Formats: sequence, structure tokens, C-alpha cells
Amino acid sequence: MKDVKSRNAAPGKQGGLNAEIQSRIGHQLRAMYDDVVRQGVPDRFAELIRKLDTPEGNAQLGAAGDKNDGRE
Amino acid sequence: MPLTDSLRDDILASVPSLRAFAISLSGNGDRADDLVQETLLRALANIDSFQPGSNLPAWLFTILRNLFRSDYRKRRREVEDADGSYAKTLKTQPAQSAHLEFEEFRLALEKLPQDQREALILVGASGFSYEDAAAICGCAVGTIKSRVNRARSKLSALLYVDGAEDFGPDETVRAVIGGSGG
Repeated sequence: MKDVKSRNAAPGKQGGLNAEIQSRIGHQLRAMYDDVVRQGVPDRFAELIRKLDTPEGNAQLGAAGDKNDGRE
Repeated sequence: MPLTDSLRDDILASVPSLRAFAISLSGNGDRADDLVQETLLRALANIDSFQPGSNLPAWLFTILRNLFRSDYRKRRREVEDADGSYAKTLKTQPAQSAHLEFEEFRLALEKLPQDQREALILVGASGFSYEDAAAICGCAVGTIKSRVNRARSKLSALLYVDGAEDFGPDETVRAVIGGSGG
């Protein structure tokens, strides 16, 4: 990382995107994203869907569909 | 279509990537989970409008993106320094080098214009095709391509070229990152 940085701090900076930098950006983007994906489904969402999948929950959903912002 | 067991399972299976998308967009875990919850409520309330056989993740991402956009506009008026305060909380947290590098990247991502950021995430991390990403963002495929390109070059400028003074890590952080050997 330090190497990449200092090398590209040299003049002639943006002469076409360096493939090495691009692959690094792609890697970091996916690492950040996958870090969250790996956390799986938090209980609150599994519960939410289970709860909503009942007649009472369905009635609630009718209301949620109309309202723009039910939470605040 | 009605909510079948398999559709419900598919929606649940999309939750991890919806969260990742929400966090990448908002840069804030709590807000991201609220966004995901709101997305699930909307999706289930409007499940009749989902076309069987069409792309469920794309449909859910579209809902989340639109919610984020309206939410963002609202909050923008309420809280002026949202990103500034978030940046500060990150800077005061000592952590492992991988984490710091992560946050450095995340901060750079937050500096991108919203259009570019979401295009880059959808294509580069969520793995959507340019076509799906265009449908999610409601724009032309060519527009998505150019946003992704601009996002990449801006990130590379922020992280690797001329971001050193106003963005780069302080000396302690730099030492930690340097010591990690990448």
C-alpha cells in the first residue's frame, strides 16, 4: 500500500488508470461489502418477516404500504 | 404475486447484501439497518407488484435505494455536518490496521457524489450487471458505465494520488498500515 502510494504520488498522476490501483480498489470495495454480507441475517430481520407473515402482520403491512415513513 | 414460502426465503436471503448496500450508501450501521427494515416492510406490503420470475434482489435494491434517496434529502436539511461528525468518531478509534485501511477506504467512498457511489457499489460489489444497475438507478446503461468510471478514477485520486494532505492517514496510522505490509 505504501509502495503504491508513493509511486503514484509522482508527476504525471492521472495518465490513464493504473490497473494495479484499480484492482486494489475493487478488492477493497468487495472486502468492505463482503464483511457485512458475512454477518448473515440479524435476528431482528428474521423475526420481522416471521411476524409479518401472519394475518395480524398482514394488516400491519397494509398500513406500512400507505405511509411514507412509519418509524419517525 | 402472493408471498409464498420460497419468496419469503428469497427475501430473507437478500438481507445480507441489502445491509451491505445500505451501509455502503449511508456509512452508518444503525441507519443502514433502519433502511433495510423499511425496505422489507415496503417490499412485503407491495409484494403483489413483484413480477414472478423477475430479479428479486434488483427489485429490493431499487426499493432500498429510493428510500435512501428520500431519507437523505430529508436529513440533509436537518443535519448539516452528518459526514463530518462521522469522520471524527472514526478518527478517534484506535484499531487494527486492516480496520483502519477499511475506514480510510470508506471515507473516500463517502466523498464520492451519491450517483457515482451507488453505481460503483452496485456493479463493483453487489455484482449487478450494468443493465440491472441502470434499472435500479432508473438511468441509461451508458450513464451507469460513466458513473462507475468516474467513481473509480476519483477513488484512485483520493486514495493513491493526491489525497495525501487532506485525506491521508496521520503518522501513527501510516506506520500501522505500513507495518502490515498491505
